[in-house]
Amino acid sequence: MGKFIRLKKGFDINLAGKAVPSLASIDQPETFVIKPTDFFGLYMPKVVVKEGDTVQAGSPLFHDKKNESIVFTAPVSGEVVEINRGEKRKLLEVKILADKKVEYAQFPKYSVSEIANLSREKAQEQILRSGAWTNLVQRPFGIVADPSETPKSIFVSGFDSHPLAPDYNVLFKGQDQYFQIGLDILKKLTSGPVHLNLHSEREISTVFSQAKGVEVNKFSGPHPSGCVGVQIHHIDPISKSDVIWTINPFGVIQIGKLFLNGIYDASKVIAVAGSEVAKPQYYKTYTGASVKKILQDNLKQEHVRVISGNVLTGTKIGKEGHVGFFDQLVCVIPEGDYFEFLGWLTPSAKKLSFSRAWGLFSFLNYKKEYVLDSNFRGEPRAFVQTGVFEQVTPIDILPTHLLKAIIAEDYDDMEALGIYEVIEEDLALCEFVDVSKHQVQEILREGIELMQNS
Amino acid sequence: MKFLRNTLDKVKHDFEKGGKYNRYFYVFEALDSFMFSPNTTNPTKGVQVRDAVDLKRMMMTVVFAMVPCLLFGIYNVGHQHFLAIGQVATLNEKVLIGLIQVMPVVLVAYTAGGLVEVVFAIFRKHPINEGFLVTGMLIPLVMPPGIPLWQVALATIFAVLIAKEAFGGTGMNVLNVALTARAFLYFAYPVDIAGEVWTYLPEGAKTVAGYSGATPLSVASNAITTGESAVSSFNAFGAGWADNIYSFSNMFFGFIPGCIGETSTLMCLIGGLILVATGVGSWKIIVSVFAGAYGMGLFMNLIGGNSFVAMPAHYHLVIGGLAFGAVFMATDPVTAAQTETGKWFYGLLIGILTVLIRVFNPAYPEGIMLAILLMNVFAPLIDYFVVNANKKRRLQRATV
Repeated sequence: MGKFIRLKKGFDINLAGKAVPSLASIDQPETFVIKPTDFFGLYMPKVVVKEGDTVQAGSPLFHDKKNESIVFTAPVSGEVVEINRGEKRKLLEVKILADKKVEYAQFPKYSVSEIANLSREKAQEQILRSGAWTNLVQRPFGIVADPSETPKSIFVSGFDSHPLAPDYNVLFKGQDQYFQIGLDILKKLTSGPVHLNLHSEREISTVFSQAKGVEVNKFSGPHPSGCVGVQIHHIDPISKSDVIWTINPFGVIQIGKLFLNGIYDASKVIAVAGSEVAKPQYYKTYTGASVKKILQDNLKQEHVRVISGNVLTGTKIGKEGHVGFFDQLVCVIPEGDYFEFLGWLTPSAKKLSFSRAWGLFSFLNYKKEYVLDSNFRGEPRAFVQTGVFEQVTPIDILPTHLLKAIIAEDYDDMEALGIYEVIEEDLALCEFVDVSKHQVQEILREGIELMQNS
Repeated sequence: MKFLRNTLDKVKHDFEKGGKYNRYFYVFEALDSFMFSPNTTNPTKGVQVRDAVDLKRMMMTVVFAMVPCLLFGIYNVGHQHFLAIGQVATLNEKVLIGLIQVMPVVLVAYTAGGLVEVVFAIFRKHPINEGFLVTGMLIPLVMPPGIPLWQVALATIFAVLIAKEAFGGTGMNVLNVALTARAFLYFAYPVDIAGEVWTYLPEGAKTVAGYSGATPLSVASNAITTGESAVSSFNAFGAGWADNIYSFSNMFFGFIPGCIGETSTLMCLIGGLILVATGVGSWKIIVSVFAGAYGMGLFMNLIGGNSFVAMPAHYHLVIGGLAFGAVFMATDPVTAAQTETGKWFYGLLIGILTVLIRVFNPAYPEGIMLAILLMNVFAPLIDYFVVNANKKRRLQRATV
């Protein structure tokens, strides 16, 4: 039986511009991009296509130089039009000009009964070759899963608690069978259980409620209850030398489709939301889609920041940017590059704050929807221990001490204070509430990379 | 506002790298960001939106929380003055005397400390710390009225320099800056900050018959030698010129001589309420300091001994600077214990130590200052144990 975990700490950021649950039909975007920078733990991506090559959905674009079995494949069929590199020829992205109709590379197809008898080796080989493997994220460190490991369990978070998070009921509607097959395949990869974690107070889609053969755990409480790292901490915590894999439901479904239909199907529903979107709703497209067409004539104003992902962990991509590999949400908020006269002193009902300090009234009504912009809201300062980090971190970790250990490059302390248990998203709220405006996520990733390379 | 903004933008490049006033960049930046919240935006990766609170706003909240103490202090300085010279005065007259005495101290503290901040910002090339918004107000409130202004300046400079900047500025300091200023004066110029300095009396002023400037702490401390009970000493004090001045309620409301801002327990509690309601001060520390002092007071009553030991425990909470220290000094987020569990121990020990120092050390009856400074030093040790407990929990989980 699954567990019920009641979380109290945390904070729900209630933003204006939530996506209404309707699926808009659009012309598919022209270009799609796969960015190696969306993944951690790669030694070095090695490109296997040239500009001008034609690819099918599921044919390889690049692989990791150290572990060639980890392949990154094209989400759609078309022509490779750009291979962008940054400093020191670091691969930044591979861009594909999509065909009108997607052609799929073919993989072996299996019936439901055949899948039940499929060996781990065969299943793993097919997932790796199709590129669906890259959905699997390995803890500690949040890196691309290492195929030579056998995780002690696999975690799937069945809800997203981030601000403006897409509704999973809309995203995965009608995918029940694929999800189940995906779970069955995942069970072959782990020595322990597959955990499916749901929120106790949200509507649960049939995709999840009918899932069989997994441990279903329920969580309650505000964000970051939906972060899989928080869930792992409460159900099957990670210690040194433990390995756990996580995967989002989209990845599970993609694996299901890979075995039932024999294709690498990167079609996904994404939410487009935020206060500056004229019609916040859902769109069906493919992994790595350009947002250009989606945002055309759909913005309330032009001076905006377009974010792939949510406002806590996302990446600024620009109006013609492309959605990140793991992202199912595009947010558009006002750009905050303005000066504000005595902005640190004047009272305002429009500003959102976790704190109740002078002049900030949002604590009176967190149900109200706020319009937040990208302004830094102050200047970076030294750590001042106000106790807010602890109030938004529902795990038994001391965030300030962990961050200080990272800054001091104290490996023993990093390990002892629990760096194996967290990745950026788990502590993103600390970055939001910090009065001293640290780049908490960046610091954490630096620490993780130190540990990885130690 | 547009004009101001344009002017700032126009001169900005002179202060930036390569500009002729580049040396003074952080002074300019401090002024600029004081006038206008900066227009910087979040970087490409990481959080894209930020909480509206920043250190400046947090510090201002603390300053606002001190306003009741300051206002009452201004009134009380005048009130005590006229009591001592035996004149009946109107509210305005009292406030006027108070203003004349208090405002220069505030001004000097802010100027002297601000100067140190600016000099350090220029030479050490770091931003000017807004922590000084609070320190500059705290220092005057723990000074006796009529303190020579040069001493205020000296103490402030010493405290900001040695207790803060030497460690790297706000967020890095070990000792509470305002208390360091007070401790500095106490040890460097004991004559001016002990004895009969707690009521403002200009030179040559005639006091009423029977006048004594002893504070409740020294009255209680004297009771040890006379053998009388502390409470009856309180009740007998002021007979003839200020009847019942040291009654429990009078001490609670704060119509007694003492430091400018710390006499009124009520005003401190109002300030504490603001800090707790806004979440800026830790309620755990405030509650545990009071609990520690009260508990220790009760315990002292049980064992008995001299008159101060036998003083009813609740008197400890209203005399001296306990309330002010608990609310404004112990809660300093930088120098207090940093772990939530640690805060309980930290506060409790401050309360306990305060009472211990008071009742067993007749030479220096005010314990809260030393208790907090001592616990500032020990706070990292408390945290060390709490952090270790956290590490152990993680290790145990691994072996199970």
